[in-house]
Amino acid sequence: MLATSGTFEANARAGLANDNLQRALALMRSGFPQRRRLAVERLPEFEALREIGKSIKDHTLEHLDFYLELFEENVLASGGQVHWARTPEEACGAVLAICRSVDARLVTKGKSMIAEEVGLNEYLEKNGITTVETDLGEYIIQLRHEPPSHLIAPAIHLMKEQVADTFRAEHRTLDPERSLAEARQLCDEARAVLRPRFLAADVGITGANFLVAETGSSIIVTNEGNGDLTQTLPRVHIVMTSLEKLVPTLEDATTLLRLLARSATGQEFSSYTTVSTGPRQPDDLDGPEQYHVVLLDNGRSALLASEFQDMLRCIRCSACMNHCPVYAAVGGHAYGWVYSGPMGAVLTPSLIGIAEAGHLPNASTFCGQCENVCPVKIPLPKMMRHWREREFADKLNPPVYRSGLSLWAWVARRPALYHALVELASRALGWLGRGRGRFRTLPFANGWTAVRDLPAPEGRSFHSLWAERRKGGTGK
Amino acid sequence: MRIALFVTCLVDFFRPTIGFAAVKLLQEAGCTVEVPRAQTCCGQPAYNSGDRADAKAIAMQVLDAFEGYDHVVAPSGSCAGMIRRHYPELFADDPAVLPRAQRLAARSWELVSFLVDVCRVHAVAARWDREVTYHDACSGLRELGVRDQPRRLLASVGGLTLRELPGAETCCGFGGTFCIKYPDISDKMVNDKEAEIVATGAEAVLAGDLGCLLNIAGKLHRRGRWIEVRHVAEVLARMTEEVPPIGAPR
Amino acid sequence: MSEAREEILASIRRSLNRSRLDAARETELRERVAVHRRNLVPERAAALDDPGRVDLFVAMAEEVQATVARVSSPTAVPEAVARYLAAENLPADLVLAPDPSLDDLRWDARPLLRIRRGRAEAIDAVSLTPCFAAIAETGTLMLISGAVTPTTLNFLPDTHIVVVNANQVVATYEDGWDRLRTGGGMPRAINFITGPSRTGDIEQRIELGAHGPRRLHIILVDDPQKAGDGEDK
Repeated sequence: MLATSGTFEANARAGLANDNLQRALALMRSGFPQRRRLAVERLPEFEALREIGKSIKDHTLEHLDFYLELFEENVLASGGQVHWARTPEEACGAVLAICRSVDARLVTKGKSMIAEEVGLNEYLEKNGITTVETDLGEYIIQLRHEPPSHLIAPAIHLMKEQVADTFRAEHRTLDPERSLAEARQLCDEARAVLRPRFLAADVGITGANFLVAETGSSIIVTNEGNGDLTQTLPRVHIVMTSLEKLVPTLEDATTLLRLLARSATGQEFSSYTTVSTGPRQPDDLDGPEQYHVVLLDNGRSALLASEFQDMLRCIRCSACMNHCPVYAAVGGHAYGWVYSGPMGAVLTPSLIGIAEAGHLPNASTFCGQCENVCPVKIPLPKMMRHWREREFADKLNPPVYRSGLSLWAWVARRPALYHALVELASRALGWLGRGRGRFRTLPFANGWTAVRDLPAPEGRSFHSLWAERRKGGTGK
Repeated sequence: MRIALFVTCLVDFFRPTIGFAAVKLLQEAGCTVEVPRAQTCCGQPAYNSGDRADAKAIAMQVLDAFEGYDHVVAPSGSCAGMIRRHYPELFADDPAVLPRAQRLAARSWELVSFLVDVCRVHAVAARWDREVTYHDACSGLRELGVRDQPRRLLASVGGLTLRELPGAETCCGFGGTFCIKYPDISDKMVNDKEAEIVATGAEAVLAGDLGCLLNIAGKLHRRGRWIEVRHVAEVLARMTEEVPPIGAPR
Repeated sequence: MSEAREEILASIRRSLNRSRLDAARETELRERVAVHRRNLVPERAAALDDPGRVDLFVAMAEEVQATVARVSSPTAVPEAVARYLAAENLPADLVLAPDPSLDDLRWDARPLLRIRRGRAEAIDAVSLTPCFAAIAETGTLMLISGAVTPTTLNFLPDTHIVVVNANQVVATYEDGWDRLRTGGGMPRAINFITGPSRTGDIEQRIELGAHGPRRLHIILVDDPQKAGDGEDK
């Protein structure tokens, strides 16, 4: 997927000015965090499970080569196939080859962020294969030619009127006078329109929330059931996934699953959690004839043992972005690529480069709420800071910013000079602002005073006053 | 106990009264308070900008200046958090300095949590007839667990009623350099905070971090809202008569 | 493709600053997997006795908009099905999983029900399946694919009815894994189903019946051993 992360500032401004988006974000802000909190309160073991989830993932990552080989062994033993892909090109190529081998014309897709990452839909379309997204949110944005704006609710940026407009424009065989005022009607229409696609598809592609080494299984988690129709009805099921989705055993999977839905939507468990192992078995009455797993690296193996390894624990729940005040202000599209919010701020630079994605880890106050709610305790602000360190070392910041910082640090290391300057500046600014007590404008402070007043200083520095009062013997 | 006050750069420049309020509260709790002169900044601006070298250099200065005290106290969760949570990380690869950083970290505190958790002060003899709301600054809250302590002390202030702020724990949008680098986003965040504060109907808003308070006061005043903005220490130390609220005329 | 495989594994080992794990360590890890120890399991369901567990299952399932009818014996199931279809104003056509446990029910007592057996087709509106287990902790049904349990029955029809025997109700997912492992290899699909299909993709408003069934009805048989006429509760 083409990135616009480089124009984050403009993207953000557009998001802030978008009334529909702002209304949608207000719904999100009042919805997800509240529901997560209730779910967490209901499970006394939740905190303990976070620590266990973290250790399961860490253990797996430390032995990732072993678990990948074990996983592959078991996929093969169950009659499935594994395709290793170093790059997006190899992943797309593997999928195309599978589709060609069965003369596929129509592909249905469950939600897969890996497929977004490698630009699978565009690639297949270019090669004459129609792809239809089946997750309702993904379907809507596919019709609108937009990228997803959220990890689990791709159309979260839209109000229902916008969805209705899209359906009216794209579903042209339906009665133009029909009512699409309610979410119920929109859902029913999507269900009706997509049902024949499910049934006609030659190949179904899903992602995977987890891969289980013990059994060679893939696990998908949906509420709609679209992932199951996608993988059960066609002749071929392809799982598009990445290396770090692996967990050792079924027990490890259910431990993490207890964290996933609660962190994502506040549900105890999603409507459908499906564990798939291989193609249909000889006596089965339904199921795909072929089961393929496309395992993508695309930079993950390089993150191991780096200062960003913790990011590989991510189980794609979206809790971080649901609780992020920056995401809640600008929406997911501002981040300019597949992954948004705090997890996007950390992951995107590692996948498309810090030069392109530099704004993302910078557009954070480090309020820490993301780390607070992450089910596997990823220290997101710390890793954003590491990106800032890389940028600083590579001199990617604007020069005026670097020199300002250097100057500040230089003075700060010379306390006598620092104290003299602070006393001088506070007297000057204090005197200037003595009447009103605040400034509406101030040279060099436009970033601040454009949108808020700057309170005036009291007019003396603490250190000067302290020195005076001590000399005066008040002991204050 | 022998306490060293970490003034913080913002208090030093904008509002010394907060520093004096801190000293007063610490003395009333039975501490002797000194203010090492060789302090300027905790290094957080450099640290959060990715400039580890400058951050370390400034931190070394702090380590030197604050050697030998029983505790170090700052009227700011952000600066106290920097020392307590991040100095050990800053020197993680420096075995010569790490023990000193860890020792300092273990002895460093945000003011109100120090009073309550270490000095065991559970009430103050103060009076302030106001309906007040309280904003939980992020670093204090999430890095240092400062939440119940200010509320406990405020509950003991005569005449003061606390109206809890919905979204008290949501960031106000200051974030140090963030508000300058991403002013539009910061503005949205502080707008939301301002609206929530106004909606409580409170006459005053308090917090434990001057960065947040400058941001919030600036936005309230730009919007013509005359809600008093003060640091919680000013109220607890009975110093509200000594200085106008933040951003108000003398 | 095997070149990609080797390079990826090599890249992993390079990052971890080691070569392939030695045989002893690999054996250890394989053992660890073979033992598949349980991690911390919530007490919520684990601490309950049998009736308590069943009640919890029912409560949790109803919380997620599954409907539950309790009957005292298997012979009451056909009537419960007929009753449900009538109450929901659904036609009396259903497709059954060709599972012996369902075949053994007295469908001849309900001759007006038109029953087909097999996998689901597009025209099927109502399906009836057994389940493998029912997980009390979250009101979750565990269904597995197999020769007599086609997966399409769980997803294609608008209404999905599941017969659960009280002795199939277990406390936790891990109990479900234990039961599964006694029975041979992995099925192609294990469906953990918690309530009907839903979406919140439009303005965060939950709507049921996104692509999967709009209705999930559970018929819980309190005493699966009981023969003769049982009455509905």
